[in-house]
Amino acid sequence: MTTTWFASPADAARRLREAGYLTDDATALTAYLSGALEKPLLVEGPAGVGKTELAKAVARATGAELVRLQCYEGLDEARALYEWNYKKQLLRIQSSGGEDSWSETHDDIFTEEFLLTRPLLSAIRRDEPTVLLIDEVDKTDVEVEGLLLEVLSDFQVTIPELGTVTATRRPFVVLTSNASRELSEAVKRRCLFLHLDYPDAERERAIVTSQVPELDEKVAAQLVDVVVRLRDLELKKAPSIAESVDWARTLIALQIADLDEATVARTLGVVLKHASDQRRAVKELKLATA
Amino acid sequence: MSLLDTHIGFVEALRSAGLSVSLAEGLDAIAALEKVRWHDRETVRAAYAATLVKRQPQRVTFDAVFDIYYPRLIGSGVAGDGLERVAGPQDTGPALEDFREALAEALASDDGRTLQDLAVEAVARFGAMPGRGPGLSSWSAYTSLQRVSPSELMDRLVRGLLGQGLDAEQAERVAGRRIGAFTRLVEGDARRRIAEEKGPEHVVDVTVRPTIDRLDFTAARRSDLEEMRREIYPLARRLAARLTKEQHAQRRGPLDVRRTVRASIATGGVPLTTHHRPKRPHRTELVVLCDVSGSVANFAHFTLLLVFALREAFNGVRAFTFVDDVVEVSEAFRPGADVVEVMESLSASISHAALWGRTNYGRALTRFADEHGDAIGPRSSLLILGDGRSNYSDLALPVLSDLAGRSRHAWWLNPEHPRHWGTGDSAADRYGEIVPMTECRNLAQLGEFVHGIV
Repeated sequence: MTTTWFASPADAARRLREAGYLTDDATALTAYLSGALEKPLLVEGPAGVGKTELAKAVARATGAELVRLQCYEGLDEARALYEWNYKKQLLRIQSSGGEDSWSETHDDIFTEEFLLTRPLLSAIRRDEPTVLLIDEVDKTDVEVEGLLLEVLSDFQVTIPELGTVTATRRPFVVLTSNASRELSEAVKRRCLFLHLDYPDAERERAIVTSQVPELDEKVAAQLVDVVVRLRDLELKKAPSIAESVDWARTLIALQIADLDEATVARTLGVVLKHASDQRRAVKELKLATA
Repeated sequence: MSLLDTHIGFVEALRSAGLSVSLAEGLDAIAALEKVRWHDRETVRAAYAATLVKRQPQRVTFDAVFDIYYPRLIGSGVAGDGLERVAGPQDTGPALEDFREALAEALASDDGRTLQDLAVEAVARFGAMPGRGPGLSSWSAYTSLQRVSPSELMDRLVRGLLGQGLDAEQAERVAGRRIGAFTRLVEGDARRRIAEEKGPEHVVDVTVRPTIDRLDFTAARRSDLEEMRREIYPLARRLAARLTKEQHAQRRGPLDVRRTVRASIATGGVPLTTHHRPKRPHRTELVVLCDVSGSVANFAHFTLLLVFALREAFNGVRAFTFVDDVVEVSEAFRPGADVVEVMESLSASISHAALWGRTNYGRALTRFADEHGDAIGPRSSLLILGDGRSNYSDLALPVLSDLAGRSRHAWWLNPEHPRHWGTGDSAADRYGEIVPMTECRNLAQLGEFVHGIV
């Protein structure tokens, strides 16, 4: 059974926009291709440019359910794929009181009832359209990548006791990465690649105003202008889109109708999280510190 | 050429430019192209990029090769219609005046499309070198840029930007960036013209520059250096992440009985998973001694920045710079210090490190051993950065072997290719006998080395 995720790149752009995610052409095209070719989509880029949000938006736009696997160091098969419910199996063996033969017990305790499905397996077994988000895949160990290979290329999982489970309907897979580690060639080869970067001023303004509609047009323009100038500086951490949106919300909360220098200096902490970055910004933008 | 030929040539060119494009990825690209419409060049570019480029630093190379294989237009295109209509020589005084006027306006308004058209015109009108022998290209970006000389428009552009409320420094930066962008457009268009004439394979070999992490420190332009500086912190972060991961992998210390028993309660007293105490990572003190004379200063700065960005991995880091005298610069690298300030104070330190301004390794090493000899001990490692070009002066080899003998480890990083070691006034071969010398010409090699020592 196949699902048509998006009819065309333009359709992808339109439906993602309706779901509250403003794309550029390359993003819309890659999202469309990922659906059309049924290949996983690897999204890379700095923190806070909307990598995870893209997966959520695809789910919203296509009415699919989102299954999320958050990766971290030490993630293993038992947390990613499936696990046998040891406690229940122990109970089952103890309750039978040793009357059943070994083969009966064996057949009994390795059945669906004792299987705990984890995100990867549940995404594959679902019959409804599913978006599988494998978040921050660079945080995992190299072994987990090996585990992902079978899932990503054939959309199947082999459980020795039960056999191979194949996807009835292929999920739309999104992997995100902060590039803190190079992923293996094998994983990359199976994916389409998309690099999300900071948007240009115009698109960023559109994003800020769509996320924070209460914000005045003029203030939004000022805000984006400052953020763009900040990104030009040599900072340890350039402000992300998420942080510009936070900044807009801060201005709403403080009921500020004009973003002048003093206000910028006072609320700089929302976008810059390093003391040295703040000092540099104050110096370079020639802000009057209150 | 058929479409398939172009595709195969394109993939081949990407491979020879250093991108690892597998057969499967090439097939993916064709599958992707089947799913999109080809009316827009950027769509084709994005489809190729999504399937073939799996690493962002390679994107620059990809774009350059793509522009050569799938050119934006052929000949002078639609914008060049005006050119052909003018009879007689294209490159005339009034034409140049008009062109520069148009360019100044386009630069001031930062109008991408017009700038692109102007770049095409610049090459067509001022970069043509007709009548050259076969095998020589008849288009030159250099000639057209010499004629047009966009950098002379800098002042005018800066004045215009000042009027828009930018301060002087910023206006200069913006103007510099716009002119740089225009220069790249002209260079790109000249490449396109030459590719049209001589076939794309030829041009790719000659003109595509290596990605920023493979670019030689000594061959870097100013803009490359800035880009490299921006790469330092991400690189340090990647290295730090890799280090913690590797240390975690090895740190299965002794069994932690208490935690293992506690965890076994959940499985009815059967210890299914064991827990271990972490091992303490071993840390050394690092002493960096770097040559900051003109030829290798950039390399030294990058290495220092990277080492200090990773200072948590060491017990302590002390840095000394020298030309012919030694000065300590450790205090410039306070935790949380600003990169730009650090670079400024490093540059300032050069004046203290030089008495006569000519590199003298022998004198610098002797002074270091006299004044800061206590920095070296059995718990510290010595890292020397420099090309070993000592202007034929005394090398002080015994001093170096004494320093190397007293320290726990000693390394020498040389930003030159090994084939230049020992040539001219380079004493790299003789120093290399005492201290193991490693070639370190780009960020990738630097990252590997620094990872290796921690």
